[in-house]
Amino acid sequence: MTSKNKRTMGYMVPYVFWLVLFVILPLVLMVFQSFQNLYHQPTMSNYVDFFKSGTYLRMTLNSIFYAAIVTLMTLLISYPMAYVLSRLKNSQFWLLLVILPTWVNLLLKAYAFIGLLSKEGSVNQFLGFMGIAPQQLLFTDTSFILVAAYIEIPFMILPIYNSLVELDPSLTNAAKDLGASAWQTLRQVIFPLTIGGVKSGVQAVFIPTLSLFMITRLIGGNRVITLGTAIEEHFMVTQNWGMGSTIGIVLVVAMAITMYLTRDRKQKKRGE
Amino acid sequence: MKKHYLGTSYLVFVFILMYAPIFYMIFFAFNRGNYMTSFTGFSLRHFGNMFSDRRLMSILLNTFIIAFLSSLLATLIGTFGALGIYQTKQKGIKNILLSLNNILLVSPDVIIGASFLILFTMFGLTLGFGSVLLAHIAFSIPIVVLMVLPRLNEMNSALISAAQDLGANWRQVLSRVILPYAWPGILAGFFMAITYSLDDFAVTFFVTGNGFSTLSVEIYARARHGIDLSINALSALMFMVSLILVMIYYYIMTRSKKSTQTKRDKMIVESKEMVVRR
Repeated sequence: MTSKNKRTMGYMVPYVFWLVLFVILPLVLMVFQSFQNLYHQPTMSNYVDFFKSGTYLRMTLNSIFYAAIVTLMTLLISYPMAYVLSRLKNSQFWLLLVILPTWVNLLLKAYAFIGLLSKEGSVNQFLGFMGIAPQQLLFTDTSFILVAAYIEIPFMILPIYNSLVELDPSLTNAAKDLGASAWQTLRQVIFPLTIGGVKSGVQAVFIPTLSLFMITRLIGGNRVITLGTAIEEHFMVTQNWGMGSTIGIVLVVAMAITMYLTRDRKQKKRGE
Repeated sequence: MKKHYLGTSYLVFVFILMYAPIFYMIFFAFNRGNYMTSFTGFSLRHFGNMFSDRRLMSILLNTFIIAFLSSLLATLIGTFGALGIYQTKQKGIKNILLSLNNILLVSPDVIIGASFLILFTMFGLTLGFGSVLLAHIAFSIPIVVLMVLPRLNEMNSALISAAQDLGANWRQVLSRVILPYAWPGILAGFFMAITYSLDDFAVTFFVTGNGFSTLSVEIYARARHGIDLSINALSALMFMVSLILVMIYYYIMTRSKKSTQTKRDKMIVESKEMVVRR
C-alpha cells in the first residue's frame, strides 16, 4: 500500500507542481499586487481609492446592474426554451443544436453583431423599410445587453434543461389530477422544483457577464464599463497593475458572493 | 394541440435567434462586395484573400500549434493528476485537491489572464509563444482532470485487485487496465482542451505580448478597425472546424457511454461535459 502510494505520488509531481505554480501562486501574487502602488511600494491606497472615490463604486454597481439585466433577459428567454426542449421526443439532437453555438468563437459572434448593428447594417436597413432608420444601434448600452444576452443563452438553457428532465413526471401528473391549471402547475410545482437549475444558470451567466471586456469594447463602445473592462484597462492600458489587481479582488469577492447566494442547499445525490 | 404549436414556434424562434448572426456572418463571406450590408454577388475572393494573407496564415498555424501542444501536455499532466486524485484515500486531501483543481475552471478569464501576467513578469519570462503555451497548458489541465476522473471513479476497483492478484506490477496495471479503461475520458479531455485553447481570447490577450498573436487576439484587433470580410471567410472555416470537432467529441462520448448509462442520464451528463468550457 505504501509503496503504491509512493508511486502514485511520483506521477502526481507535475500536477501538484502545476497546482502550486499556476493556481495558488498567481492568486497570492494578485493579492500582493493589489497592495502595491505604481512604484512597487506597499500601500493600502488602492483599496482606499476604490472605496472612497465614487467613480469605482459607481462602476462596480453599474457592472452588477448590467450583469443582472443580462441574466434576467437570458433567464426569461431560456426557461420556456428549456421547457419546450425537455418535452421533445428526440431532444438529444435539439440539445446538440443548443450546444453548437457555444463552440463558435466568442469574438466571431461579437463581430457578426458589428455587421448587423452598424449604421448601414442590416438591422438598420430593415428599420429603414419601416421608416424609423437610421438609428444608432452599435455602441449603446442596449447593444451591449443584447449581445451579452445572446452569447449567454445556451449557458442558461442547459442547466435548466437538466433540472427539468430530472423532475419526476408523476409530480406534475399529481398536480394535474388534483385540479391544478397548467399555470398553477408551472408556478407551484415545476418552477420550485427546478430552481436548482435556474441557480446554476444564473451562476453560469452572471459571473462571466461581470467580466466580459471584449464585448464592451467591440459592441458597447466603451460606454458600459464592467469590472472586466476596468481590469483590462488597468493592466493593458494605464499599466496600473495595483489598482487592476484591487478591482480583480473585488471581482473575485463578487463571484464568491454570487456562488454563495446561488449555492445548492440540498445535498446532491450523485457526486460529481 | 394548440399548446404544442406554441411550443414548437417558440423553439423555432429561439433557434433562429441563436443561429441567425452566425449564418449571417458566414453568408457574407461569399459576398463580392466589401461590406456586410448588401450582398452584391457570389464570390470566393475573400477566401482567396484570407489564404494569401501571410500574416493571418502564420497566426493560424501558431494557433493550431499552441492548441495541439498545450492539449497534449495538459492531457499528460492532467491524466496523472486525475490518477493521483483517484488514488488519494484521505477524504480531506482529496477535497482540497478537487477544489484547487476547480479554481481555474470557475475563475473569470480576466482574473486568470491578469494573474498569469503578474506571474510571468515576476519570473522575467518574455511574453510570446512560451507564455501563451504555458497559460494554455495551465487552464486546460483542470478540464482534462474533470473528464478523466469520472471514468476512473466508474471503474470497478476489483479489476485492479484482480490484476494485482494475477501478479501484474503497477506499471502493467496502469498500462493494461487503468489507462485503457479511462481512454475515452482522456481522449475527450484532449479534444476539449484543443477547443478550449482554440477558442480562448481573454487569457491569451493578457499574456501574448507584442510580437505574437493567436487567432482570437487577431480577430479582436481587426474587428476593432471595422468590417473585413476575410474575417467572415475565416469564421466560415472555423465554424466548419467546430462542427467537425463537435462530431468527433460526440462520437467518442456516445460510443464510450453506450453500455453504462440509460439514454436520459447520458444526455444530461453529455450536455454538462460539453459546456464546462467557458
